[in-house]
Amino acid sequence: MNTEEQIRKMTDIMASFVGYTAVRLPDDVVSKLSSLRAAEPDPAALSIYDMMFENMRLAAELKRPSCQDTGLVQFRVECGSRFPLLESLEKLLGDAVRKATAETPLRPNAVEPFEEVNTGDNTGSGAPAVWWHIVPGWDGCAIHTYLAGGGCSLPGHAAVLMPGEGYEGAVRFVMDRVAEYGPNACPPLLIGVGIANSAETAAMLSKEALLRPVGSHNADPKAAEMEQLLEDGINAMGIGPQGMGGNASVLGVNLEKAVRHPATLAVGVSFSCWTHRRGHIVFDSDLKFKTDTHTGFTSEQ
Amino acid sequence: MTENINGKTVLTTPFTEEDIRALRAGDVIFINGDVVTGRDDMHIRVVKEGLSLPADISGMALMHAGPIVKGSDGEGYSMVAIGPTTSMRMEKLEYDFMDKTGVRLIIGKGGMGERTAEACREFGAVHCVYPAGNAVVAAMCTEEIKGVAWLDLGMPEACWNIRVNDFGPLIVSIDSSGRNIFAEKKKEYARIKEEQAEIIAGKVRSFI
Repeated sequence: MNTEEQIRKMTDIMASFVGYTAVRLPDDVVSKLSSLRAAEPDPAALSIYDMMFENMRLAAELKRPSCQDTGLVQFRVECGSRFPLLESLEKLLGDAVRKATAETPLRPNAVEPFEEVNTGDNTGSGAPAVWWHIVPGWDGCAIHTYLAGGGCSLPGHAAVLMPGEGYEGAVRFVMDRVAEYGPNACPPLLIGVGIANSAETAAMLSKEALLRPVGSHNADPKAAEMEQLLEDGINAMGIGPQGMGGNASVLGVNLEKAVRHPATLAVGVSFSCWTHRRGHIVFDSDLKFKTDTHTGFTSEQ
Repeated sequence: MTENINGKTVLTTPFTEEDIRALRAGDVIFINGDVVTGRDDMHIRVVKEGLSLPADISGMALMHAGPIVKGSDGEGYSMVAIGPTTSMRMEKLEYDFMDKTGVRLIIGKGGMGERTAEACREFGAVHCVYPAGNAVVAAMCTEEIKGVAWLDLGMPEACWNIRVNDFGPLIVSIDSSGRNIFAEKKKEYARIKEEQAEIIAGKVRSFI
Protein backbone atom coordinates (compact mmCIF):
# COMPACT_ATOMS: atom_id res chain seq x y z
CA MET A 1 0.00 0.00 0.00
CA ASN A 2 1.29 3.43 -0.83
CA THR A 3 0.85 6.30 1.61
CA GLU A 4 -2.27 7.58 -0.08
CA GLU A 5 -3.94 4.18 0.17
CA GLN A 6 -2.90 3.89 3.80
CA ILE A 7 -4.41 7.28 4.56
CA ARG A 8 -7.64 6.29 2.87
CA LYS A 9 -7.72 3.00 4.78
CA MET A 10 -7.18 4.60 8.18
CA THR A 11 -9.73 7.35 7.39
CA ASP A 12 -12.33 4.69 6.56
CA ILE A 13 -11.58 2.69 9.70
CA MET A 14 -11.78 5.76 11.93
CA ALA A 15 -15.03 6.97 10.29
CA SER A 16 -16.49 3.55 10.77
CA PHE A 17 -15.28 3.33 14.38
CA VAL A 18 -16.63 6.76 15.33
CA GLY A 19 -19.98 5.82 13.79
CA TYR A 20 -19.95 2.50 15.62
CA THR A 21 -19.38 4.23 18.99
CA ALA A 22 -22.41 6.45 18.29
CA VAL A 23 -24.55 3.35 17.81
CA ARG A 24 -23.20 1.00 20.49
CA LEU A 25 -22.00 1.78 23.99
CA PRO A 26 -18.66 0.39 25.14
CA ASP A 27 -18.66 -3.00 26.86
CA ASP A 28 -17.73 -1.61 30.31
CA VAL A 29 -20.63 0.88 30.28
CA VAL A 30 -23.18 -1.74 29.22
CA SER A 31 -21.94 -4.07 31.93
CA LYS A 32 -22.13 -1.33 34.59
CA LEU A 33 -25.63 -0.31 33.51
CA SER A 34 -26.67 -3.98 33.78
CA SER A 35 -25.47 -4.19 37.35
CA LEU A 36 -27.12 -0.87 38.27
CA ARG A 37 -30.38 -2.12 36.79
CA ALA A 38 -30.11 -5.38 38.72
CA ALA A 39 -29.57 -3.47 41.98
CA GLU A 40 -32.41 -0.95 41.44
CA PRO A 41 -35.39 -1.54 43.72
CA ASP A 42 -37.46 1.49 42.63
CA PRO A 43 -40.04 0.47 39.96
CA ALA A 44 -40.05 3.87 38.20
CA ALA A 45 -36.24 3.95 38.01
CA LEU A 46 -36.24 0.33 36.89
CA SER A 47 -38.61 1.11 34.02
CA ILE A 48 -36.19 3.83 32.84
CA TYR A 49 -33.30 1.31 32.91
CA ASP A 50 -35.48 -1.09 30.89
CA MET A 51 -36.11 1.64 28.33
CA MET A 52 -32.35 2.29 28.06
CA PHE A 53 -31.72 -1.38 27.23
CA GLU A 54 -34.57 -1.42 24.71
CA ASN A 55 -33.03 1.66 23.09
CA MET A 56 -29.59 0.03 22.95
CA ARG A 57 -31.14 -3.03 21.29
CA LEU A 58 -33.02 -0.96 18.71
CA ALA A 59 -30.01 1.27 17.98
CA ALA A 60 -27.81 -1.77 17.29
CA GLU A 61 -30.48 -3.49 15.21
CA LEU A 62 -31.27 -0.44 13.08
CA LYS A 63 -27.67 0.88 13.13
CA ARG A 64 -28.76 4.30 14.32
CA PRO A 65 -27.13 6.61 16.87
CA SER A 66 -28.46 5.65 20.29
CA CYS A 67 -28.74 9.32 21.28
CA GLN A 68 -29.62 12.13 18.89
CA ASP A 69 -26.90 14.30 20.38
CA THR A 70 -23.86 12.65 18.88
CA GLY A 71 -21.81 15.48 20.34
CA LEU A 72 -18.59 16.95 19.13
CA VAL A 73 -15.92 14.38 18.33
CA GLN A 74 -12.79 14.45 20.47
CA PHE A 75 -9.64 12.38 20.03
CA ARG A 76 -6.85 11.72 22.48
CA VAL A 77 -4.05 10.40 20.35
CA GLU A 78 -1.06 8.45 21.63
CA CYS A 79 0.96 8.30 18.47
CA GLY A 80 4.27 6.52 18.11
CA SER A 81 7.04 8.77 16.77
CA ARG A 82 7.68 6.13 14.09
CA PHE A 83 3.99 5.61 13.13
CA PRO A 84 3.95 5.88 9.31
CA LEU A 85 0.92 8.22 9.17
CA LEU A 86 1.92 10.59 11.97
CA GLU A 87 2.14 13.56 9.62
CA SER A 88 -1.26 12.85 8.05
CA LEU A 89 -3.10 11.90 11.20
CA GLU A 90 -4.73 15.17 12.19
CA LYS A 91 -6.10 15.82 8.72
CA LEU A 92 -7.35 12.27 8.26
CA LEU A 93 -9.18 12.41 11.59
CA GLY A 94 -11.02 15.50 10.33
CA ASP A 95 -11.90 13.66 7.12
CA ALA A 96 -13.05 10.66 9.16
CA VAL A 97 -15.39 12.89 11.18
CA ARG A 98 -16.84 14.39 7.98
CA LYS A 99 -17.39 10.90 6.59
CA ALA A 100 -18.96 9.58 9.80
CA THR A 101 -21.24 12.63 9.94
CA ALA A 102 -22.59 11.90 6.47
CA GLU A 103 -22.71 8.11 6.69
CA THR A 104 -23.76 7.17 10.25
CA PRO A 105 -25.30 9.86 10.26
CA LEU A 106 -24.12 12.02 13.16
CA ARG A 107 -25.91 15.24 14.05
CA PRO A 108 -24.00 18.29 12.82
CA ASN A 109 -23.07 20.10 16.04
CA ALA A 110 -20.15 22.38 15.18
CA VAL A 111 -21.14 26.04 15.48
CA GLU A 112 -18.46 28.60 14.62
CA PRO A 113 -18.45 31.24 17.36
CA PHE A 114 -19.29 34.82 16.35
CA GLU A 115 -20.27 33.72 12.85
CA GLU A 116 -22.87 31.61 14.68
CA VAL A 117 -23.13 29.25 11.76
CA ASN A 118 -23.38 25.47 12.00
CA THR A 119 -20.67 24.14 9.69
CA GLY A 120 -22.83 21.11 8.89
CA ASP A 121 -20.11 18.46 9.06
CA ASN A 122 -18.83 18.53 12.66
CA THR A 123 -15.54 20.11 11.68
CA GLY A 124 -14.41 23.69 12.07
CA SER A 125 -11.89 25.65 14.07
CA GLY A 126 -10.56 23.23 16.67
CA ALA A 127 -12.98 20.51 15.60
CA PRO A 128 -12.52 17.65 15.82
CA ALA A 129 -10.40 18.16 18.92
CA VAL A 130 -7.11 16.24 18.66
CA TRP A 131 -5.02 16.02 21.81
CA TRP A 132 -1.55 14.80 20.95
CA HIS A 133 0.80 12.61 22.95
CA ILE A 134 3.89 11.34 21.18
CA VAL A 135 5.26 7.95 22.23
CA PRO A 136 9.00 7.95 21.42
CA GLY A 137 10.25 5.05 19.32
CA TRP A 138 6.87 3.29 18.83
CA ASP A 139 5.52 2.57 15.33
CA GLY A 140 1.88 2.17 16.36
CA CYS A 141 -0.91 4.60 17.25
CA ALA A 142 -3.58 4.40 19.96
CA ILE A 143 -6.64 6.63 19.72
CA HIS A 144 -9.25 7.37 22.35
CA THR A 145 -12.47 8.64 20.82
CA TYR A 146 -15.18 10.51 22.69
CA LEU A 147 -18.48 11.98 21.57
CA ALA A 148 -18.97 14.99 23.83
CA GLY A 149 -22.69 15.67 24.07
CA GLY A 150 -24.02 19.09 25.01
CA GLY A 151 -26.02 18.04 28.05
CA CYS A 152 -23.11 16.46 29.80
CA SER A 153 -20.53 19.04 28.65
CA LEU A 154 -22.64 21.81 30.19
CA PRO A 155 -21.74 21.01 33.84
CA GLY A 156 -17.96 21.02 33.19
CA HIS A 157 -16.11 23.32 35.54
CA ALA A 158 -12.64 24.04 36.90
CA ALA A 159 -11.25 26.28 39.61
CA VAL A 160 -7.98 26.96 41.35
CA LEU A 161 -8.35 26.58 45.11
CA MET A 162 -5.95 27.76 47.76
CA PRO A 163 -4.13 24.85 49.38
CA GLY A 164 -5.67 25.87 52.72
CA GLU A 165 -9.03 24.79 51.35
CA GLY A 166 -7.52 21.33 51.11
CA TYR A 167 -8.86 18.22 49.41
CA GLU A 168 -12.10 18.82 51.28
CA GLY A 169 -12.45 21.98 49.17
CA ALA A 170 -12.00 19.87 46.03
CA VAL A 171 -14.59 17.37 47.27
CA ARG A 172 -17.07 20.16 47.94
CA PHE A 173 -16.39 21.68 44.49
CA VAL A 174 -17.20 18.39 42.77
CA MET A 175 -20.22 17.54 44.91
CA ASP A 176 -21.76 21.01 44.59
CA ARG A 177 -21.52 20.70 40.84
CA VAL A 178 -23.08 17.24 40.83
CA ALA A 179 -25.97 18.27 43.10
CA GLU A 180 -26.72 21.36 41.00
CA TYR A 181 -26.18 20.02 37.48
CA GLY A 182 -26.21 16.22 37.82
CA PRO A 183 -29.97 15.61 37.68
CA ASN A 184 -30.21 17.34 34.27
CA ALA A 185 -27.13 15.75 32.70
CA CYS A 186 -28.56 12.26 32.02
CA PRO A 187 -27.55 10.25 35.06
CA PRO A 188 -26.26 7.72 36.00
CA LEU A 189 -23.18 9.80 35.21
CA LEU A 190 -19.51 9.08 34.94
CA ILE A 191 -17.67 11.84 36.82
CA GLY A 192 -14.14 12.77 35.80
CA VAL A 193 -12.05 14.72 38.31
CA GLY A 194 -8.66 16.34 37.69
CA ILE A 195 -6.34 17.56 40.44
CA ALA A 196 -3.43 19.70 39.29
CA ASN A 197 -1.71 23.09 39.43
CA SER A 198 -3.82 25.23 37.14
CA ALA A 199 -7.33 25.41 35.76
CA GLU A 200 -6.66 24.16 32.24
CA THR A 201 -4.54 21.22 33.41
CA ALA A 202 -7.14 20.14 35.96
CA ALA A 203 -9.88 20.49 33.34
CA MET A 204 -7.95 18.45 30.76
CA LEU A 205 -7.20 15.72 33.31
CA SER A 206 -10.88 15.56 34.25
CA LYS A 207 -11.65 14.75 30.60
CA GLU A 208 -8.82 12.19 30.44
CA ALA A 209 -10.31 10.59 33.54
CA LEU A 210 -13.54 10.03 31.58
CA LEU A 211 -11.56 8.08 28.98
CA ARG A 212 -10.50 5.51 31.57
CA PRO A 213 -12.65 2.37 31.83
CA VAL A 214 -15.63 2.44 34.18
CA GLY A 215 -14.61 0.60 37.36
CA SER A 216 -10.90 1.31 36.97
CA HIS A 217 -8.98 3.00 39.78
CA ASN A 218 -6.17 5.50 40.02
CA ALA A 219 -2.85 3.80 40.85
CA ASP A 220 -2.24 6.20 43.75
CA PRO A 221 -3.93 4.75 46.86
CA LYS A 222 -5.10 8.12 48.20
CA ALA A 223 -6.41 9.20 44.79
CA ALA A 224 -8.22 5.85 44.53
CA GLU A 225 -9.64 6.37 48.02
CA MET A 226 -10.95 9.78 47.01
CA GLU A 227 -12.56 8.24 43.90
CA GLN A 228 -14.35 5.73 46.10
CA LEU A 229 -15.39 8.29 48.72
CA LEU A 230 -16.84 10.56 46.03
CA GLU A 231 -18.61 7.65 44.33
CA ASP A 232 -20.21 6.53 47.60
CA GLY A 233 -21.13 10.08 48.61
CA ILE A 234 -22.69 10.93 45.25
CA ASN A 235 -24.54 7.62 45.11
CA ALA A 236 -25.97 8.39 48.55
CA MET A 237 -27.71 11.41 46.99
CA GLY A 238 -29.90 8.89 45.13
CA ILE A 239 -30.20 10.96 41.95
CA GLY A 240 -31.18 7.86 39.95
CA PRO A 241 -31.63 7.51 36.20
CA GLN A 242 -32.80 10.79 34.63
CA GLY A 243 -32.51 12.56 37.99
CA MET A 244 -35.92 11.34 39.11
CA GLY A 245 -34.53 9.39 42.07
CA GLY A 246 -33.11 5.89 42.39
CA ASN A 247 -30.52 3.71 44.01
CA ALA A 248 -27.42 5.04 42.24
CA SER A 249 -26.34 8.39 40.81
CA VAL A 250 -23.16 7.46 38.97
CA LEU A 251 -21.43 4.84 36.85
CA GLY A 252 -18.34 5.79 38.80
CA VAL A 253 -15.85 8.54 39.64
CA ASN A 254 -12.47 8.56 37.87
CA LEU A 255 -9.72 10.87 39.09
CA GLU A 256 -6.49 11.85 37.36
CA LYS A 257 -3.72 13.95 38.84
CA ALA A 258 -0.64 15.98 38.02
CA VAL A 259 1.68 17.96 40.29
CA ARG A 260 0.32 21.07 41.92
CA HIS A 261 2.16 24.27 42.71
CA PRO A 262 2.82 24.74 46.46
CA ALA A 263 0.47 27.71 46.29
CA THR A 264 -2.37 26.10 44.30
CA LEU A 265 -4.75 23.17 44.31
CA ALA A 266 -6.65 23.19 41.05
CA VAL A 267 -9.68 20.99 40.55
CA GLY A 268 -11.56 20.22 37.35
CA VAL A 269 -14.70 18.22 36.81
CA SER A 270 -16.18 16.74 33.62
CA PHE A 271 -19.39 14.78 33.36
CA SER A 272 -20.43 12.04 31.03
CA CYS A 273 -24.04 10.96 30.62
CA TRP A 274 -25.15 7.32 30.87
CA THR A 275 -24.76 7.16 27.07
CA HIS A 276 -21.01 7.34 27.60
CA ARG A 277 -19.68 7.09 24.03
CA ARG A 278 -16.05 6.36 24.56
CA GLY A 279 -13.91 4.25 22.27
CA HIS A 280 -10.31 3.06 22.19
CA ILE A 281 -8.62 1.67 19.09
CA VAL A 282 -4.97 0.70 18.60
CA PHE A 283 -3.24 0.49 15.21
CA ASP A 284 0.04 -1.14 14.34
CA SER A 285 2.27 0.15 11.55
CA ASP A 286 0.39 -2.00 8.98
CA LEU A 287 -2.92 -0.49 10.13
CA LYS A 288 -4.06 -3.74 11.71
CA PHE A 289 -6.17 -2.64 14.63
CA LYS A 290 -7.81 -3.88 17.79
CA THR A 291 -10.22 -2.30 20.22
CA ASP A 292 -10.69 -3.08 23.90
CA THR A 293 -13.91 -1.07 24.22
CA HIS A 294 -16.14 -2.50 21.47
CA THR A 295 -15.69 -6.26 21.06
CA GLY A 296 -17.99 -6.52 18.01
CA PHE A 297 -16.25 -3.90 15.88
CA THR A 298 -14.83 -4.69 12.44
CA SER A 299 -14.03 -2.01 9.89
CA GLU A 300 -16.77 -3.20 7.52
CA GLN A 301 -19.52 -2.02 9.85
CA MET B 1 -58.57 14.88 24.33
CA THR B 2 -57.64 12.49 27.16
CA GLU B 3 -58.25 8.75 26.94
CA ASN B 4 -57.45 5.77 29.08
CA ILE B 5 -56.12 3.05 26.78
CA ASN B 6 -55.22 -0.26 28.46
CA GLY B 7 -54.44 1.55 31.69
CA LYS B 8 -52.34 4.21 29.94
CA THR B 9 -53.27 7.89 30.01
CA VAL B 10 -53.10 9.10 26.42
CA LEU B 11 -53.57 12.74 25.42
CA THR B 12 -54.16 13.81 21.83
CA THR B 13 -53.52 17.25 20.38
CA PRO B 14 -54.96 19.84 20.49
CA PHE B 15 -54.97 19.67 24.30
CA THR B 16 -57.74 21.48 26.13
CA GLU B 17 -57.00 23.46 29.26
CA GLU B 18 -59.10 20.89 31.12
CA ASP B 19 -56.92 17.99 29.80
CA ILE B 20 -53.81 19.72 31.05
CA ARG B 21 -55.12 21.00 34.37
CA ALA B 22 -56.18 17.44 35.26
CA LEU B 23 -52.55 16.28 35.23
CA ARG B 24 -50.53 16.07 38.45
CA ALA B 25 -46.77 16.15 38.91
CA GLY B 26 -45.49 12.58 38.79
CA ASP B 27 -48.21 11.36 36.41
CA VAL B 28 -46.99 9.26 33.48
CA ILE B 29 -48.68 10.00 30.14
CA PHE B 30 -48.35 9.27 26.43
CA ILE B 31 -49.30 11.63 23.62
CA ASN B 32 -50.55 11.50 20.03
CA GLY B 33 -50.49 14.33 17.55
CA ASP B 34 -48.50 17.39 16.64
CA VAL B 35 -45.21 18.29 18.28
CA VAL B 36 -42.88 21.12 17.30
CA THR B 37 -39.20 21.03 18.26
CA GLY B 38 -37.44 24.12 19.53
CA ARG B 39 -34.33 24.93 21.50
CA ASP B 40 -32.20 27.95 22.38
CA ASP B 41 -32.17 29.76 19.02
CA MET B 42 -35.88 29.29 18.37
CA HIS B 43 -36.71 30.79 21.78
CA ILE B 44 -34.39 33.71 21.05
CA ARG B 45 -36.11 34.39 17.72
CA VAL B 46 -39.60 34.29 19.19
CA VAL B 47 -38.98 36.09 22.47
CA LYS B 48 -36.01 38.39 21.94
CA GLU B 49 -36.32 39.12 18.22
CA GLY B 50 -40.13 39.13 18.22
CA LEU B 51 -40.55 36.82 15.21
CA SER B 52 -43.71 34.75 14.86
CA LEU B 53 -43.29 31.01 15.16
CA PRO B 54 -43.79 29.43 11.71
CA ALA B 55 -46.25 26.90 13.19
CA ASP B 56 -49.30 27.58 15.35
CA ILE B 57 -48.62 25.62 18.54
CA SER B 58 -51.46 27.02 20.60
CA GLY B 59 -52.80 24.02 22.56
CA MET B 60 -50.02 21.81 21.16
CA ALA B 61 -46.73 20.39 22.37
CA LEU B 62 -43.24 21.83 22.22
CA MET B 63 -40.28 19.49 22.54
CA HIS B 64 -36.88 20.78 23.58
CA ALA B 65 -35.08 18.59 21.06
CA GLY B 66 -32.63 18.65 18.20
CA PRO B 67 -33.19 15.54 16.09
CA ILE B 68 -31.08 13.74 13.50
CA VAL B 69 -33.07 13.88 10.29
CA LYS B 70 -32.41 12.35 6.88
CA GLY B 71 -33.63 13.77 3.59
CA SER B 72 -34.35 17.13 2.03
CA ASP B 73 -37.21 19.48 1.16
CA GLY B 74 -37.62 17.81 -2.23
CA GLU B 75 -37.49 14.14 -1.28
CA GLY B 76 -39.08 14.52 2.17
CA TYR B 77 -37.64 13.89 5.60
CA SER B 78 -37.37 10.88 7.88
CA MET B 79 -36.52 10.73 11.56
CA VAL B 80 -33.30 8.90 12.47
CA ALA B 81 -33.07 9.81 16.16
CA ILE B 82 -34.78 12.28 18.45
CA GLY B 83 -34.61 12.95 22.16
CA PRO B 84 -34.97 15.75 24.65
CA THR B 85 -32.30 18.30 25.44
CA THR B 86 -31.64 20.10 28.75
CA SER B 87 -34.78 22.16 29.37
CA MET B 88 -33.14 24.44 31.92
CA ARG B 89 -31.31 26.27 29.12
CA MET B 90 -34.64 27.67 27.99
CA GLU B 91 -35.71 28.80 31.48
CA LYS B 92 -34.96 32.49 30.98
CA LEU B 93 -37.20 32.77 27.92
CA GLU B 94 -39.85 30.12 28.54
CA TYR B 95 -42.40 32.22 30.40
CA ASP B 96 -42.59 34.75 27.58
CA PHE B 97 -42.51 31.99 24.96
CA MET B 98 -45.48 30.26 26.59
CA ASP B 99 -47.33 33.54 26.94
CA LYS B 100 -46.79 34.35 23.29
CA THR B 101 -47.52 30.95 21.72
CA GLY B 102 -50.15 29.37 23.98
CA VAL B 103 -48.25 26.05 24.05
CA ARG B 104 -49.76 23.68 26.62
CA LEU B 105 -47.26 20.86 26.99
CA ILE B 106 -43.49 21.09 27.02
CA ILE B 107 -41.32 18.00 26.71
CA GLY B 108 -37.69 18.11 27.74
CA LYS B 109 -34.94 16.76 29.92
CA GLY B 110 -34.34 17.57 33.57
CA GLY B 111 -36.21 20.24 35.45
CA MET B 112 -37.11 23.85 34.83
CA GLY B 113 -37.30 26.78 37.21
CA GLU B 114 -39.66 29.04 39.10
CA ARG B 115 -40.66 31.24 36.15
CA THR B 116 -41.72 28.27 34.04
CA ALA B 117 -43.67 26.86 36.99
CA GLU B 118 -45.38 30.26 37.25
CA ALA B 119 -46.25 30.13 33.54
CA CYS B 120 -47.65 26.60 33.92
CA ARG B 121 -49.88 27.86 36.73
CA GLU B 122 -51.00 30.99 34.91
CA PHE B 123 -51.54 29.63 31.41
CA GLY B 124 -52.60 26.06 32.22
CA ALA B 125 -49.58 24.15 30.93
CA VAL B 126 -47.23 21.36 32.05
CA HIS B 127 -43.58 20.43 31.65
CA CYS B 128 -42.82 16.74 31.13
CA VAL B 129 -39.64 14.69 31.04
CA TYR B 130 -38.96 12.12 28.34
CA PRO B 131 -36.24 9.68 29.50
CA ALA B 132 -33.26 11.04 27.60
CA GLY B 133 -30.69 9.17 25.56
CA ASN B 134 -33.40 6.87 24.17
CA ALA B 135 -33.42 8.46 20.76
CA VAL B 136 -34.19 5.41 18.65
CA VAL B 137 -37.19 4.42 20.77
CA ALA B 138 -38.47 7.98 20.35
CA ALA B 139 -37.80 7.99 16.60
CA MET B 140 -39.95 4.87 16.24
CA CYS B 141 -42.90 6.85 17.69
CA THR B 142 -42.48 9.59 15.08
CA GLU B 143 -45.00 8.90 12.33
CA GLU B 144 -44.24 11.79 10.04
CA ILE B 145 -42.14 14.89 9.64
CA LYS B 146 -44.72 17.37 8.43
CA GLY B 147 -42.29 20.18 7.74
CA VAL B 148 -39.39 22.24 8.89
CA ALA B 149 -38.82 25.95 9.34
CA TRP B 150 -35.79 27.99 10.24
CA LEU B 151 -33.41 25.36 8.89
CA ASP B 152 -30.89 28.21 8.55
CA LEU B 153 -30.29 27.68 12.29
CA GLY B 154 -28.84 24.23 11.55
CA MET B 155 -30.38 20.79 11.99
CA PRO B 156 -30.51 20.73 15.80
CA GLU B 157 -31.88 24.26 16.23
CA ALA B 158 -34.43 24.21 13.41
CA CYS B 159 -38.15 24.08 14.08
CA TRP B 160 -39.28 20.57 13.10
CA ASN B 161 -42.99 19.92 12.90
CA ILE B 162 -43.63 16.24 13.58
CA ARG B 163 -46.56 13.93 14.24
CA VAL B 164 -46.10 11.35 16.97
CA ASN B 165 -48.02 8.27 18.01
CA ASP B 166 -48.03 6.75 21.49
CA PHE B 167 -45.11 8.98 22.40
CA GLY B 168 -43.86 8.44 25.93
CA PRO B 169 -43.50 7.76 28.76
CA LEU B 170 -43.70 11.43 29.64
CA ILE B 171 -43.35 12.10 33.34
CA VAL B 172 -45.08 15.30 34.44
CA SER B 173 -42.38 17.28 36.22
CA ILE B 174 -44.23 20.63 36.60
CA ASP B 175 -48.01 20.60 36.79
CA SER B 176 -50.48 23.44 36.31
CA SER B 177 -50.62 24.10 40.05
CA GLY B 178 -46.92 24.93 39.75
CA ARG B 179 -45.70 21.87 41.66
CA ASN B 180 -42.16 21.20 40.47
CA ILE B 181 -40.80 17.71 41.14
CA PHE B 182 -37.21 18.50 40.12
CA ALA B 183 -37.09 21.54 42.39
CA GLU B 184 -38.27 19.32 45.25
CA LYS B 185 -35.80 16.55 44.40
CA LYS B 186 -32.91 18.98 44.05
CA LYS B 187 -33.50 20.27 47.58
CA GLU B 188 -33.30 16.70 48.85
CA TYR B 189 -30.14 15.96 46.81
CA ALA B 190 -28.54 19.15 48.15
CA ARG B 191 -29.39 18.22 51.75
CA ILE B 192 -27.78 14.76 51.40
CA LYS B 193 -24.84 16.30 49.54
CA GLU B 194 -24.10 18.55 52.56
CA GLU B 195 -24.10 15.53 54.91
CA GLN B 196 -21.94 13.45 52.60
CA ALA B 197 -19.47 16.27 51.85
CA GLU B 198 -18.93 16.67 55.61
CA ILE B 199 -18.25 12.93 56.02
CA ILE B 200 -15.80 12.85 53.09
CA ALA B 201 -14.11 16.09 54.20
CA GLY B 202 -13.30 14.41 57.52
CA LYS B 203 -11.58 11.59 55.67
CA VAL B 204 -9.53 13.62 53.20
CA ARG B 205 -8.49 16.42 55.58
CA SER B 206 -5.28 14.57 56.44
CA PHE B 207 -4.28 14.34 52.74
CA ILE B 208 -2.61 17.78 52.81
